[in-house]
Amino acid sequence: MRMEIRDVITGNDAAAWGARLSRVEVIAAYPITPQTTIVEKLSEWVDKGEFDARFIAVESEHSAMSAIIGASAAGARAFTATSSQGLLYMMEMVSWAAGARTPVVTAIVNRALGPPWNIWTDQTDALMARDAGWIQFWASNNQEVLDSIIQAYRVAEDKHVILPAMVMLGGFVLSHTAMPVVIHDQEKVDEYLPPYDPPHYVLNPKISKPFAYGNILFPWDYAKVRLAIQKAMENAVDVIKKAAKEFHEIFGIWHGDLIKEAYTDGAEIVIMGLGEVAEQAEATVEHLRQNGLKVGVVKVRVTRPFPKREIAKIADNVSHVIVIDRNISFGWGGILAGEVKATLHEYNVDTPVTAKIMGIGGDDILPEHIEKIVKELIK
Amino acid sequence: MDMPAKEMEEHLLLPISLPTKGAGGKTGSWRVFRPVIIEEKCVKCMMCWMYCPEAAIEVKSRKEVPKINYDYCKGCLICMEVCPVKAIKSEREG
Repeated sequence: MRMEIRDVITGNDAAAWGARLSRVEVIAAYPITPQTTIVEKLSEWVDKGEFDARFIAVESEHSAMSAIIGASAAGARAFTATSSQGLLYMMEMVSWAAGARTPVVTAIVNRALGPPWNIWTDQTDALMARDAGWIQFWASNNQEVLDSIIQAYRVAEDKHVILPAMVMLGGFVLSHTAMPVVIHDQEKVDEYLPPYDPPHYVLNPKISKPFAYGNILFPWDYAKVRLAIQKAMENAVDVIKKAAKEFHEIFGIWHGDLIKEAYTDGAEIVIMGLGEVAEQAEATVEHLRQNGLKVGVVKVRVTRPFPKREIAKIADNVSHVIVIDRNISFGWGGILAGEVKATLHEYNVDTPVTAKIMGIGGDDILPEHIEKIVKELIK
Repeated sequence: MDMPAKEMEEHLLLPISLPTKGAGGKTGSWRVFRPVIIEEKCVKCMMCWMYCPEAAIEVKSRKEVPKINYDYCKGCLICMEVCPVKAIKSEREG
């Protein structure tokens, strides 16, 4: 059995390793920049016979998602990856995967939406899938990309959840940037993530008869089925926490559960963000703390289910919250900032929130930019 | 399954249907054009049977002309398009 390897790999290679270590059985994907090298890597492994999975080359992202929904419904662990326009083209089936309760996992390499044409990172693509019934993980470094894919299967396939999950990584800043990554021992991953065993009888090919899914339901019954998805999302909160805790016990790595806190002890200001934006904020805050500024960071690792309780609790203990969004909902503003503000209102927390939109279309978010926001608040 | 069905149902409710003939009602009433097989032209190649998206063309034996089940034929006329000897014509429904 292959032992643990320490290597310097890109975020896309880390995503491919995440799928391989999760022993996915079916991969269907269509190439799109900056996601392409994930599926290139997987197809190369399958072709060489190093990795026992079925690779289905499809003609579009819509078909990629359709194929893995079918694979999952037949009892297989299935994977795909896409970006930006590809995700939008896939979107009809993205919603279907959640409705059909197929616990597939998809890597989304964040990329700006066109036009204007732009291949660099921007979080708006994945946030368009926010309301589709998928669990959403945001990775902030390459180790977290690999580990989040393994955790995503654990959560998605949990019998209290049974929903699809997506793992986001920033285009180029993570996808094409090499970093040190531990590629885990397969035996340890197998211990953490046993083979997929559908707990719901209708999708268990061993005991079910052929059936049709997706037939018409009248409003009252439809509402009950949709409410079940909401209930599963609520269940996912504890399942994600448990999955993160057990991951830490087996692998000794802690990426946070729904959130990850850094320097929040005694902080007067906290900065919140998603993925690599939060990673950059953490690096900046490390420096600000050395200069005596009481600033902390909350990496919002999961946006669905949204960590309401956790965020409200932290915000209640500080005098100011800054939210940095590398995304925009036109006519509203930053999407994470909106969710944070709504959460604070729900929990009767009156801490002011400063919302900033930065780095749209892949523009650099530099430490001095973040420092400037903090210093303007302190003034 | 170690989870009680009742508890499972709260978060995992799935509508499924087992295929049966005519579950959607007699869809033949949707038809605007009716395909009609001209028996003397038919060469019994069964292309119409193979292409019919509703499985509304019935074949008892390869030696007989196929029969269209007008209870379920929606009148898409794909059979007329694929017939290699033009043995299917269309008539407007009254």
